Amino acid sequence: MYRYDNYDQAMVDARVEEFRDQARRRLAGEMTEDQFKPLRLMNGLYLQLHAYMLRVAIPYGTLSGPQMRMLGQIARKYDKGYGHFTTRQNIQYNWIKLEDAADILADLASVEMHAIQTSGNCIRNISSDQYAGVAADEVTDPRPWAELLRQWSSFHPEFSYLPRKFKIAVIASAQDRAAMRLHDIGLELVKKDGVIGAKVFAGGGMGRTPMVAPEIRDFVTEDEIIAYVEACLRVYNRYGRRDNKYKARIKILVHELGVEEYRRQVEEEFAHMKTLGIDPPVAELDRIRSYFADPAYESGLSEEVNRSDPDFALWLDRNVVAHKQPGYAIANISLKPVGGIPGDATAEQIELMADLAERYSLDELRVTHAQNIVLPYVRKADLYALWKELDEAGLGAANLDRISDIIACPGLDYCSLANARSIPVAQKIATRFAGNGKEAAIGEMKLKISGCINACGHHHAGHIGILGVDRKGTENYQLLLGGSGAEDCSLGQITGPGFDENGIVDAVERVTDLYLAQRSEGERFLDTYRRLGMAPFKEAIYG
Amino acid sequence: MKLLTGNDLATGDVIWWTGSGWSLHVGDAVDAGAEGEAILARESEARRVNAGYIIDAEQGANGPLPLHIKERIRASGPTVRADLAINTDIPIVRA
Repeated sequence: MYRYDNYDQAMVDARVEEFRDQARRRLAGEMTEDQFKPLRLMNGLYLQLHAYMLRVAIPYGTLSGPQMRMLGQIARKYDKGYGHFTTRQNIQYNWIKLEDAADILADLASVEMHAIQTSGNCIRNISSDQYAGVAADEVTDPRPWAELLRQWSSFHPEFSYLPRKFKIAVIASAQDRAAMRLHDIGLELVKKDGVIGAKVFAGGGMGRTPMVAPEIRDFVTEDEIIAYVEACLRVYNRYGRRDNKYKARIKILVHELGVEEYRRQVEEEFAHMKTLGIDPPVAELDRIRSYFADPAYESGLSEEVNRSDPDFALWLDRNVVAHKQPGYAIANISLKPVGGIPGDATAEQIELMADLAERYSLDELRVTHAQNIVLPYVRKADLYALWKELDEAGLGAANLDRISDIIACPGLDYCSLANARSIPVAQKIATRFAGNGKEAAIGEMKLKISGCINACGHHHAGHIGILGVDRKGTENYQLLLGGSGAEDCSLGQITGPGFDENGIVDAVERVTDLYLAQRSEGERFLDTYRRLGMAPFKEAIYG
Repeated sequence: MKLLTGNDLATGDVIWWTGSGWSLHVGDAVDAGAEGEAILARESEARRVNAGYIIDAEQGANGPLPLHIKERIRASGPTVRADLAINTDIPIVRA
C-alpha cells in the first residue's frame, strides 16, 4: 500500500502543529467559536450531540496493521473505548475532547493518517472497491488512481471552497461494490481496445434529492483522467449554486443544465485543460503504482478448507469471497453482530483486527462502505484459525449481505442533524430475523437505515431502505423498497405512510414474507420487487 | 419553561445552566425565563459554555425535562449505550 513521501509527511505534520495552535487560541479565548468552527471542521472535528466528534480519513478504505492498531489505541486513550466505521470508509470517534484533539492528530500523523478534508465543502476522502487489487473480476487495480486523486485533491487551492462537499469513487470492476454511481463523480476504470481508461459519471448522490449519476464520458485515457475530473469540477465550481445549500451539490447542476449541456461545458473546459499541460507526470503515476504491486504470493498453496465445523462452514459461505490468487481468499469481518451497533468496534476488537491482519493478511485491512472490515490476503489454510479468533472476540457474525448486515448511520443517538434514531431500529430488525429464522431463507438483502434526509445510512440505495423523520416531535420511519447501490443502481421508492419504531420492524417482516411467498427460483428480493412492482408489497404492508 | 444548554468548551460535554453555573445533569437545570440570551452571551464570553442555546422544557417528576426528543437524548446520553449514559431514567419519548 502507499507510503507517505517527505512531502506528504511534512504537510500532515505542519497541519497538526497549525491546529494545535488554533485549538490553544480557542481555549485561551483568543478566538470565538464562529472563528474557530471552520478551522476545526477543516480537521474533521465536529461538535455533535454529546461531545466533539473526530472523523478520521481512511483513504479508499485501506489500512495497514499499524494504522489500525493506532485507531484502537486512540479509541482507548482518548475516547470511550470504541470507534465507529462509517459508510464513507472512515472512522469516527464520538467522545473527543478539544484539549486532546491536537495530540490525537499527532498520533495519527505518526502512522501516516489525518482528518483533513473529512468535513467542509471540499473533495472528501476518495472511496473505492474494498476488494481492490485482489478481486478476480477487476480490469485493473483502482487504488493507484484513488491515491493519485487523493494527492491531487489534498489542499487543492481551487477546490477548497466548492459550492458544497464533493465525493469521488473509483472502481475497476463491472460489479460495483462502492456505490460508484451515487457519488458526485464516479470513475469506472475500463479497458478499451487494450487501453486502460475511465468511464466517467457525474452528478450522482443521495441526500434529500437522490440521483443516479449519468454517464458523462464513455472513455477517457488514463493519462487524461485527472484533467477530465478537474474539468468536471471547474464547471461545477463556476456554476454550482451557492445561494441555497440544498441545491448546491453537483447533481442539481447536472440536472438543471441537462446532461448534454453539462457534458458540452466539461468538454470545452477539458479542451482548455489540455492546453495547460498540467496533467500529472507519468513518472508520478508509475511511482504510486509501484506501491500497489502484487505482494509475493506463495505458490502451491492448498485450495482445501476443512468444513467440518458447521459454524465455520456457515461463515465461510457467507463472509469469504473469491480471491484472484489461487490458495488465497478475501475474508469479511462483519461489524454487525445481532443486537449490536452497526459499524462499532471496541478498542480491543480494533487492535485484534490489526493483529489478525499482521498474522493472516499481509498486514493490510480494508473498511467497506457497508461498515465492515476486510482482510484481503488470507491463505485458505488459515481461514479456520482466523475465524476461531474472530468468533471468540465477537467478530464472527456470518451475515455478509444478509438482512442483519444493516448499514445504519449514528442517527439521533449521536448526530445533531438526525431526526430519529437509526441504531435501535437496526438492532430490532436484526434481532427479529435472528429469532424467526428467516434470514437464511431470504438470502441477499441490503437493508439501509438513515436517521435523516441527509442519507448517511444510504437508505435510498437499500433493497429495503428506512428513513427516520420527525413527525410532530416524534420519531417516524418511512419504508422504501427497490434501491440498489450496485451495478444495477436504482433509487428506492417510498411505500406509503410511515411507522413507529416497532411498526417499521413489523412492516419489514411483512415485506420479506411476501417476497418469500412470491419469489421465483433463485430470485433475490430486489429482483422479485422489480418483477412484481410496488403494489403487492403495499397491499402486504398496509392491507 | 426555558433551559439553557450547550457544551463545555474543553471537553465537549453537554451542560445545563443551573442558575449559578453549569451541570452535566439536566435535573440541576433551572428556568432561565426571559434572561436566557443575556446569560448565554455572558457565559459564552467567559468560555464557560460553547455553542449555547435556549430550549423549551417542562417540569417532570424529577426535575426539568426538555420537550424535544433530541434534547432528551442529549440529557440522557445515547440510548443504545446505557453504560455511557448520563441518566437512563429520563423518558426519551414524551408521555
